Amino acid sequence: MIRLESVRKVFPGATAPAVTSLSLEIPEGEFVTLVGPSGCGKTTTLKMINRIIEPTSGTIEVGGQDVLSIEPHLLRRSIGYVIQQVGLLPHRTVEQNIATVPRLLGWPRDRIEARVAELVEMVGLEHEMRDRYPAELSGGQQQRVGVARALAADPPVLLMDEPFGAVDPIVREHLQMEFKDLWRRLGKTVVFVTHDIDEAVRMGTRVAILNIGGVLEQYDRPEEILANPASEFVARFLGEERGLRRLGLLPVSSATLERGPVVDVSAGPTEARAVMDRHEVDWVGLLDGNRLLGWVPASEIGSTPLRDLEPREFLVRLRPDDSLRRALDAVVTSRTRVGVVVGDEGYLGMLDVETVAEEITE
Amino acid sequence: MIDFLREVGAWFADPANWTGNRGLPGLLSAHVGLTLASLAVSAVLALPAAVYLGHKRRGGALVVSVVNIGRAVPTFGVMGVIFPLTLAFSATARPLGYWATFVAMVLLAMPPMFVNAYTGVRDVDPALVEAARGMGMTDRQVLTDVELPLALPLVMAGIRTAAVAVVATVTLSAWLGYGSLGTYVFVGFAQRDQVLVFVGGLAVAVLAVITELGLGGLERLVDPLRAIRRRRR
Repeated sequence: MIRLESVRKVFPGATAPAVTSLSLEIPEGEFVTLVGPSGCGKTTTLKMINRIIEPTSGTIEVGGQDVLSIEPHLLRRSIGYVIQQVGLLPHRTVEQNIATVPRLLGWPRDRIEARVAELVEMVGLEHEMRDRYPAELSGGQQQRVGVARALAADPPVLLMDEPFGAVDPIVREHLQMEFKDLWRRLGKTVVFVTHDIDEAVRMGTRVAILNIGGVLEQYDRPEEILANPASEFVARFLGEERGLRRLGLLPVSSATLERGPVVDVSAGPTEARAVMDRHEVDWVGLLDGNRLLGWVPASEIGSTPLRDLEPREFLVRLRPDDSLRRALDAVVTSRTRVGVVVGDEGYLGMLDVETVAEEITE
Repeated sequence: MIDFLREVGAWFADPANWTGNRGLPGLLSAHVGLTLASLAVSAVLALPAAVYLGHKRRGGALVVSVVNIGRAVPTFGVMGVIFPLTLAFSATARPLGYWATFVAMVLLAMPPMFVNAYTGVRDVDPALVEAARGMGMTDRQVLTDVELPLALPLVMAGIRTAAVAVVATVTLSAWLGYGSLGTYVFVGFAQRDQVLVFVGGLAVAVLAVITELGLGGLERLVDPLRAIRRRRR
């Protein structure tokens, strides 16, 4: 657990404090994102936890220990640290970079080697990359090495300062998803600074929204923040797409799915037409048992048995763990105006705009 | 022209020019000896201070003054001023003119050594230093494991610049009577012996080029990013 109590930071020569008086408790195993506009003191707050920046006053505890009572370099060896610029040593190989903290801790060589091998795999790097130099890696690969380096000595706490800010959006999304998975597996306490509210609500199990001068505006689960912003500032910071962002956090499985206009291929054309009439649509989905084959437009349903028709693919097949935001996108871009959901056991059902809207207003 | 070169050749062929105080090996070793001594002392005076200030990222104004003073100091003037003061020493341990040249050479070598070492350490990417500290390196480990290795090529470049300047300028010692390759030049001028002047100039030039190339090679050798640069080629 990390506990900040009345933490204050005034930089020398500054007129206003960077952090006025911040109290924050981060329970063990939580993924807390610190988010706010520039000047809100989020990075300063993060860097005070491992004493890269020394607090002016207040108490910071990590795992019940006052950080100010521990030698800074010893403290930092027990806390993982990832920064946006990565900061890999350019004259050291990937392997040597990952081994930085274990080496500082004086681990025996074979233990370090085994740990590096494990980490390379964990962060999704190729083993051949161990002998490469940072300059020979892409930005995304470099940040994977940065994460591996931070995890090397298995610290209970990880501090991350906009770790995925410098990579392109596609790689960023990959890294975010992978890191969230990694976090689920490892159960670390993570403090993650970002200026991107989408990233904050997507990654965090709790989100701390900071205002200028380190004023804590709201600290809660992301769903709760999106549903009930505590202040005008939070509402404004969340922006206009609050509803959509909230959908981004809810899985498809949380919505009530309908069976929708589907028939089994063993049924006759008459039954298919009846289903279409009942749902007031001009297409029908075809099932073969549990398997969703696709859909056919009303115009193609004549006297031929359904089994002989060539069904069209649904452009997007949603999985139960996809977000409702993705589902909504599937609905509005599809010809059929529905999102079909398919799980491991086959067809689960479909949802339309109304189903999704219900989830927002709930 | 041909005749002149033939005379130069004859000079090198003459065994008398290869022995004794005025012989090429003797003057060369005196020249190199004075160069090495003054470079060593400059390095001791300039490098630790430069590395320390670079590490602390302080003293930018000091560095600017060092450069400007370094540019402004007239080597000839220094030698002329110091020479009378060192007569007492010269009579004892070292020959006449040694100490005055030595002091002037130390002053000549210090600015490039200082500035390069300072810049090299100070300009190491701050993000790198922060990451290293964040990993739990001590202040000293940040210096020895991160800043110094990365600054080394620049430190070496400063030493090379200083060495080339000194090796060329030590020639002036002959003006104060201390035997160096400059002796050929000065004596040659005095005796209107063009061949001797030429031999002296040639020797100094060759020595300077060797210094430049040798230290340039060493510089590439100590480059911590050498492995990757080579691989990328």
